[in-house]
Amino acid sequence: MDASLTLSPIPDAPPPGASRGGRSLHRFANPGRFLRISGAILPALSIAAFAITAAGLAWGLLFAPADWQQGDAMRIMYVHVPAAWLASGGYFGLAVCSVLSLVWRHPLADLAAAEIGPVGAGFTALCLATGSLWGKPMWGAWWVWDARLTSVLILFFLYCGHVALVRAFDDPQRGYRAGAILALVGVVNLPIIKFSVDWWNTLHQPASITLTGSPTMAASMLWPLLVCAIGYTLVFAAIVTARTRAAVMERRIRGLLMARAEAAA
Amino acid sequence: MTHAGFIAASYALGMLVPAFFAVTAWTRTKSARRRLAALDTRRASRA
Repeated sequence: MDASLTLSPIPDAPPPGASRGGRSLHRFANPGRFLRISGAILPALSIAAFAITAAGLAWGLLFAPADWQQGDAMRIMYVHVPAAWLASGGYFGLAVCSVLSLVWRHPLADLAAAEIGPVGAGFTALCLATGSLWGKPMWGAWWVWDARLTSVLILFFLYCGHVALVRAFDDPQRGYRAGAILALVGVVNLPIIKFSVDWWNTLHQPASITLTGSPTMAASMLWPLLVCAIGYTLVFAAIVTARTRAAVMERRIRGLLMARAEAAA
Repeated sequence: MTHAGFIAASYALGMLVPAFFAVTAWTRTKSARRRLAALDTRRASRA
């Protein structure tokens, strides 16, 4: 039995006073509709995500050339860099969901934000761990209090704080609201992470790929990196979608159980 | 291959972290679907 069919629909009408943008957003706020659409795309998304990631990792590990200075340790980049991009990108997604939640009271934005938090924390931890594994052979240290490393560590703490805060209240709505405020305050850390290597004299190398300039790495290394980045981004999206689907169903279960308890009382 | 241990550990983490989240998401969804179906069946049989 497909649970998406059992969800009673939430009216498409936005809350009174919602703006035009809010009205169009609320068209996609129906949990039943979200489950139907996400259920249709999730299998293909998951298969593509894991296939592209596996291909990118195999390309980077087996076929990409070693760096003339760093040797094979440079191959850690194929895991580390996508994880770093997703740590920041995931937090940006968390902030967007927080705006949607605070301004337009989008019902799925709360759930999506709550589900992005742990996944973002996991990818930030992955970034820090692989960075450490790269740093030991290259710098001779597992960790240095460098501006880039420290700002990413703060990002990890922000994610952990969001995860804890969202789940700290008996009333989930208060938790979502507190988490959204924390997420928006923490956005200030994203430009610090991005520009830390330019603003301070850091041990961490500056960006090799920028939006404005040409990349400073060979195409034979750049292509597998881009494939890994696309693959990991799809993995992140698939995981968050799957977790949000589960959260929608769990909210429905809580609603049914509470209705039953009230009826029995 | 130089620094093989560091590279192997990084790739292992790069696969284990997404795999952990994927498995937990799948088990959560499966459990929620089963509980929801059971609740809806009970509700339908009462009506």
